[in-house]
Amino acid sequence: MHIMEGFLPDPWWQIWFLVSLPFIIVGLYRINKLVQEKREVLPLLAVAGAFVFVLSSLKLPSFNGSCSHPTGTGLGAVLFGPCITAVLGLIVLIFQAIFLAHGGITTLGANVFSMGIAGPAVAYLIYKAGTRAGANTYATVFVAAALADLATYVVTSIQLALAFPGATGFVGAFTAFAAIFAVTQIPLAIIEGAIIALVFKYIVQLKPEILTRLNLLSESTIQKLREAAA
Amino acid sequence: MKYGMELAVAALIIIFAGIFLYQNAVIQAGLGEGEEAWGGADDGAADLIEASGYEPWIEPFWEPPSGEIESLLFALQAAIGALIIGYVFGSWQAGRKTA
Repeated sequence: MHIMEGFLPDPWWQIWFLVSLPFIIVGLYRINKLVQEKREVLPLLAVAGAFVFVLSSLKLPSFNGSCSHPTGTGLGAVLFGPCITAVLGLIVLIFQAIFLAHGGITTLGANVFSMGIAGPAVAYLIYKAGTRAGANTYATVFVAAALADLATYVVTSIQLALAFPGATGFVGAFTAFAAIFAVTQIPLAIIEGAIIALVFKYIVQLKPEILTRLNLLSESTIQKLREAAA
Repeated sequence: MKYGMELAVAALIIIFAGIFLYQNAVIQAGLGEGEEAWGGADDGAADLIEASGYEPWIEPFWEPPSGEIESLLFALQAAIGALIIGYVFGSWQAGRKTA
């Protein structure tokens, strides 16, 4: 999903910076509030950030002969929402842009939008809808994280198709980019969803009080989940 | 089932690895001299854009000078993350034991 340095012309790289900026500001504000009001959730925030670090460094082979990497943003999105996850994504993307020449400084805005904002927003909405509908918590986390991963790559394809419609127009260009990105991503998204659901289970087992503190799960749901695992 | 989810995830990863091995054998058999499969999707998109005649207007100011150094930095990134996850989950586990 990384758009490489210099691969977004004027005015697109500026536009994506402007689109991403408000989310980052709200995210910083919310992190600041968490630090002041709910200090005990900070280790969980560190875990969510660390997850993005680990998963986005693993380039996995997909089935069509190319490699891509999961994003790991689903966990942060489910736990803290898309704005805070945008800040976590920004940290990872800066690390990769500076040290690895993976992505770039000028394309940072676009990459933050796809990986830190669009994907996590999808995960967050799915998680909220799933819990409201009373669906199985782990299944909801699985679907949320998998679709967040996939949505990130679909958004990257849209971003590139907007900047490079070529001779075939937006739809043709989108199909070409989606064939590279989104199709490769489907198996990886499934793996990512499964791993994040598993980690969510461990959080429920080890530190359920943090989840109630964040108003993510009611105590009765946690009780039920823990009994099912016993 | 206590470890139902662990088993399901493990099965998924084994299926994933199995399909990869099969797919790799097929791809390697059809590969010509000097061609290489399993490149990055990010580079694939960059190639597609460059094929249309576009030149990136700015270069990265620093690039890992070799594949080894790049993999060092990727491993470092994963290690930093894994360290934090292990530390937090470990301290939660320890906290439960003493409580």
